[in-house]
Amino acid sequence: MSVVFSEKKLNRVKELVSHYPDGKQKSALIPVLHLAQEENDGWLSVEWMDYVAGLLQMTPIEVYEVATFYSMLNTKPIGRYVFEVCQTGPCMIKGSDDIIAYIGEKLGIKPGETTKDGMFTLKKVECLGACGYAPMMQLGKNYREHLTKEKVDAIIEECRKEARQIKEN
Amino acid sequence: MPLGLIMAKIFVDNIEYEVPDGKNLLEVCLSLGFNLTYFCWHPAMHSVGACRQCGVINFKDENDKRGRLVMSCMQAATNGTRISIEDPRARAFRAGNIEALMLNHPHDCPVCDEGGECHLQDMTVMSGHNYRRNTFKKRTHYNQYLGPFINHEMNRCIQCYRCVRFYNDYAGGKDLAVFAAHDDVYFGRQEEGVLENEFSGNLVEVCPTGVFTDKVLRKHYTRKWDLTSAPSVCHQCSLGCNILTSERYGGIRRILTRYNGDVNGYFICDRGRFGYEYTNSDQRIKQPSKNTDNSSQPLSTEDALHDVKDSIFSKKNIIGIGSPRASLESNFMLKELVGENNFYGGIPKRESDLVHRVISILHQGKVKTPSLKEVESYDAILILGEDVTNTAPMLALAVRQAAKNQPREKAYALRIPQWDDAAVRESVQGQTGPVYLLTTHHTKLDEIATKAEYAAPDDIAITGFEIVQQITRLSQSANGDESSQSFTASVARDLLKAKKPLIISGTSLYNTAIIQAAANIAYSLKDNGKDAGLVYAVPEVNSMGMSMLEQKNLDDAIGRAKEGGVDAVIIAENDLYFRVDRDIANDFLKNCHHVLVLENLQNETTTKADYILPAGTFAESTGTVVNNEGRAQRFYQVYKPSNEMRSSWDWLNEIRNSISGVHAENFDAVVDEMIKKYPELAKVKSVAPDANFRKGTQKIPRETARYSGRTAMLANINVSEPKPPVDKDSPLSFTMEGYQGVPPSPDVPFFWSPGWNSVQSINRYQTEVGGALHGGNPGVRLLEPSNENKSGYFNQSTEKFSRREGEWLVIPFYHIYGSDELSVKGPALAERIPPVYIAMNGKDLEKGNLKDGDHIEITFNQNKLSISVKSENTLPEGIAGLPKGFKETTGIEFPFWGRIRKV
Repeated sequence: MSVVFSEKKLNRVKELVSHYPDGKQKSALIPVLHLAQEENDGWLSVEWMDYVAGLLQMTPIEVYEVATFYSMLNTKPIGRYVFEVCQTGPCMIKGSDDIIAYIGEKLGIKPGETTKDGMFTLKKVECLGACGYAPMMQLGKNYREHLTKEKVDAIIEECRKEARQIKEN
Repeated sequence: MPLGLIMAKIFVDNIEYEVPDGKNLLEVCLSLGFNLTYFCWHPAMHSVGACRQCGVINFKDENDKRGRLVMSCMQAATNGTRISIEDPRARAFRAGNIEALMLNHPHDCPVCDEGGECHLQDMTVMSGHNYRRNTFKKRTHYNQYLGPFINHEMNRCIQCYRCVRFYNDYAGGKDLAVFAAHDDVYFGRQEEGVLENEFSGNLVEVCPTGVFTDKVLRKHYTRKWDLTSAPSVCHQCSLGCNILTSERYGGIRRILTRYNGDVNGYFICDRGRFGYEYTNSDQRIKQPSKNTDNSSQPLSTEDALHDVKDSIFSKKNIIGIGSPRASLESNFMLKELVGENNFYGGIPKRESDLVHRVISILHQGKVKTPSLKEVESYDAILILGEDVTNTAPMLALAVRQAAKNQPREKAYALRIPQWDDAAVRESVQGQTGPVYLLTTHHTKLDEIATKAEYAAPDDIAITGFEIVQQITRLSQSANGDESSQSFTASVARDLLKAKKPLIISGTSLYNTAIIQAAANIAYSLKDNGKDAGLVYAVPEVNSMGMSMLEQKNLDDAIGRAKEGGVDAVIIAENDLYFRVDRDIANDFLKNCHHVLVLENLQNETTTKADYILPAGTFAESTGTVVNNEGRAQRFYQVYKPSNEMRSSWDWLNEIRNSISGVHAENFDAVVDEMIKKYPELAKVKSVAPDANFRKGTQKIPRETARYSGRTAMLANINVSEPKPPVDKDSPLSFTMEGYQGVPPSPDVPFFWSPGWNSVQSINRYQTEVGGALHGGNPGVRLLEPSNENKSGYFNQSTEKFSRREGEWLVIPFYHIYGSDELSVKGPALAERIPPVYIAMNGKDLEKGNLKDGDHIEITFNQNKLSISVKSENTLPEGIAGLPKGFKETTGIEFPFWGRIRKV
């Protein structure tokens, strides 16, 4: 299977590379990986990472190093809704462990796993800079704060409802 | 401490010390002999401040009672620095830190190969952490297959990052990386497979715990404390890296780096580390024997000496063939035995002339040849015709360090201390200084080269001579052609701009003109006031030493035998079939009528021998070898074999005794005889202490104080413990009793210090961290240029390479695993030998209607070789490359013209 960017995205890559001095095209790696992730249902397959390595004249192993490091880059397929629950100190003190366990129990998955129906992924992440609203998580582009079990139930229901609606339309 | 160094007064736990100004506190504390824990810092790779293990309390002044916690590796020692290592807060911090590092570390020390020489064990004990409070499950990882040399056990990792810093940043590796984050950090390859870098074995020593361990040792594992070890010198190339060779139950178990601040420093290459398995081969010759075409009769030593006297020394014209892999002493004794006029060096004329040329340049030339370690201090390098990664691997590692010098100057100008590795690298951004390569084809160092050009051997020499002209031109006209972008102009400009330019060349292409061109370039730089250096790689471990004793070469011997002038020949540690064409070797041995061979492994030459005497390899022998720099170094017998294997000089000495009653008492007596006859070798005497050297009244033990099983290990043979063998040839003993302190530097059999069981104990053997060993680094340079030398330049005598119709000039290609005669006979190394091939330019292939992988037949002299082709587009047209020393190419004398046809 071979993967490629559209011309539009390639131009975007070119533009990103131009932000950095000559010969430092590697510096554009993270934004380019995000572009690749957008193309591939939110995760990076080996094919995509190798493709990006080629684009930026890097060895594949250098791309894997970066891609495995950041929690924002997924190296396995993810569900439609990704619960990224903060587990850093303040959130932990405010009960993030319980929240993670509760979500896991409710969805029948462990952190890092995706439900069989491809709907939900549960991830533990580091500080998202919202300690004042602990415990919290990121869902898509939004923060969900002051989490409780009830709130988690509501969020899951909300997601399911949204998914049903999309399907019906 | 070197003169001119600025010293600083520092206070450690309120005691004043004088230390070099500006070094980091960790290094300084270790040099002062303190026990301070650390992981990520390494003396060759310096500080990154990552592991937080070397915390100490730093006080503002003597009134500051509180102080603050600092990482000693990230703090410079300056005048008035006050620290406390013993402050309870510092101790608690270090113990707490190690507790955290140990959270996931398995409690598998009893089954871990690192156990007993583990830096993590040492540091844990040193820090005082001894009780595990964490009750959670430990994280686990999958391990990877990393090839025949290295074993991987990721669960043991404590994330110090030393492995990737060595493998990638120091050694230029590309296939080891760090993945993921948090408690899931993983050091490994992207997928399972062989770790490709030539220096991967150093991970075994660099890793502070058991993640990367020696897989070859694993096949016959022995704990460090149960090994009998001796200081030795690697015999697998001409650089003479210092090694520690260790034995148990009559077999060599492993090789470690023996630090030498002048030669190999903290590292050795994988050929050196894993290439010893031939010493344990079932092809070893262990017993003297008498052989006829279809029978072999073992002999006792007495019978063998008697028979040799009767049937060899009854003959009139007896000649001796020496060897570049035999010690100075063995070559000398052979020369003594057969007489000056009957001694022939064991290499063909072509090679012999080259080595003699190199010796005369190093001796009569006006440019210094730096030691291997000094190579790292040069700031512009030109390599002429040598694939150093494969012919002298550690020289390539040194070049990689030297390439960092010029860009680093900028970092130092920003007042970033040299030891602040992360900051230096951040500022350098992976740039490399001027490194120019002029080789026959693409080599691995190309990746750090400013420019790499490829040419035929003769054209390399011609370009070399042109560089000399460019240097002269540039230096004579103040406004010379500064703009020319040609290769020669850039080389000349950068060499002249450098503070210390270095020229590297060697004998590998068998081209005298290249050697002369390299010398001319170095001379002209010197004449322009540059502190230039000149390094030649030569073929084998003692090529230089043997050639110092050799007046006549193998071709002379072959000529003499052909004319009927030989009645018997004695060959010392030399397989003639590795040197010359089969038919020539066959004829020669036939013409010699009677053949006595001293050899360690069975080979084609031994199949033609009437008598074979079992010669020790470097592991069972004592001797002196001279490396490419002209440095004489001593290697010692590691153990006393239960069979008849012994040093060749020892055999020859016994033979001389039996025929003439002249007997040298021991090794020292042989050296004395040798330097009396060859005063130019006088310094060999001071290479290492005499056999009668004692520390107090004690010898230096080869066995550790904790050596176990001595009373039981031979109980299957005799329940009484045998008397330990006596070593009359060295100040070392074969026992565990003896002097327990730091021995003289040439005689260090292992590194150990109380509390320091791992290789990190090297710190305690040095005058300062990373500096010379106590008493000076081992080895004595025999060749020094003198300032009075007005040696002239060589004339350019080469003509441009012109290709021949229908013929190819076949040149040798070298492989770190494959081109060396003996190391390839070990199974681990043999796994890494590539399949044999012949390399040709793609255009040549096209013309011959050939493609990659096609089989061709190459015809030269009377020989034919069928082989598959490989395209190598950097190789000039009309030239083909054939791996040297492979099973299929053994004995081929390079370069030669051959006809190639498709089959």
